[in-house]
Amino acid sequence: MAVDMNMNVLIVDDYKTMLRIIRNLLRQLGFENVDEATDGTEALAKLKEAQGNFGLVISDWNMEPMTGIELLRHVRGDDTLKHIPFIMVTAESKSENVIAAKEAGVSNYIVKPFNADTLKSKMVSVLGDF
Amino acid sequence: MAARKPKDAGKSTGKSKKKAKAKTKAKSVTKSKAKTAKRASASSKSAKKSQKSKKKSQAGEFQATFKGVYAELERLAAIIDATKQEIADMRPQGSDDDDLTHASDQLDAVIQSTADATNTIMDSCEAIEGVMGDVSPEVSATLMDATTHIYEACSFQDITGQRIGKVVGALKSIEERIDVMVETLGGNLPKPDAKAQKDAQKSGETAEVSDQDLLEGPQLGEKGKSQAEIDDLLASFD
Repeated sequence: MAVDMNMNVLIVDDYKTMLRIIRNLLRQLGFENVDEATDGTEALAKLKEAQGNFGLVISDWNMEPMTGIELLRHVRGDDTLKHIPFIMVTAESKSENVIAAKEAGVSNYIVKPFNADTLKSKMVSVLGDF
Repeated sequence: MAARKPKDAGKSTGKSKKKAKAKTKAKSVTKSKAKTAKRASASSKSAKKSQKSKKKSQAGEFQATFKGVYAELERLAAIIDATKQEIADMRPQGSDDDDLTHASDQLDAVIQSTADATNTIMDSCEAIEGVMGDVSPEVSATLMDATTHIYEACSFQDITGQRIGKVVGALKSIEERIDVMVETLGGNLPKPDAKAQKDAQKSGETAEVSDQDLLEGPQLGEKGKSQAEIDDLLASFD
């Protein structure tokens, strides 16, 4: 099944600069409908408001007040949101982190700093080829 | 034939001997008792004397120990005073201009500067992307590759920002611990090296600013001069 290039993508990071970098990279990959949140609480509110109408969440881990892993657990625990693919993009590169994210239901995991090829390959592995 | 000793005569001699012996014994007992008493009295005197000297020596020992403890306490008090002074020099009370706050501010400024630079770089990239449609597909593809690499490189700001943020957090934690230490040491700190400051002030009236004194930049925010203010300052020399 072809990837819907018009789907909504939610990017979550407390660094505005990183949000801008990911948004630009997504645009270059062909995804124009990108929304932003600066922590898990704001992201969860946006996801609920859209009633799960997001095709992908790309989230940082280390944020306040709600972290990326907490957001992931909320998403996976909510029937209307649990189907949304979730990619963690973080500087936390310890195996314990990756294991915890996997146990919480993460779809894929990108370690910062990353490049466009890595972002694309992880998105392809989650969404299918585009 | 040898004259036999009359039985009684012998008895009588034996009795008197016995008596004499008893007398001697009694005398000796009395003597010995007296000796013992004398000895006891001497021993008691000597015990008293020894007790007295023991007491005296104990008092001496106690005095020496007390002197030692007192000296130790004085040394401890001096160390506490010196520590308080060190803390006062490093973190003057009621001032935000101490070394730790200064270091935190400098690091926060590094984060802000790199964020500003990254945003400026991305502004330029977006401007380039805006004209990609006006050039040939080959040139557009080259520009796209270049801007992608620039975006990737810009993620350094996020990493350095997080690392510096951790250092700032550690500095703040040290500040808090020092505050607790100050509280434990009795709250009030001496003024930061008052004597040294006074001396510096006295000599500062005549001393020239050294090259080292000029190496304090980059200044933060309003602590520095703007280009316009510097231009005005330079113009005032004309």
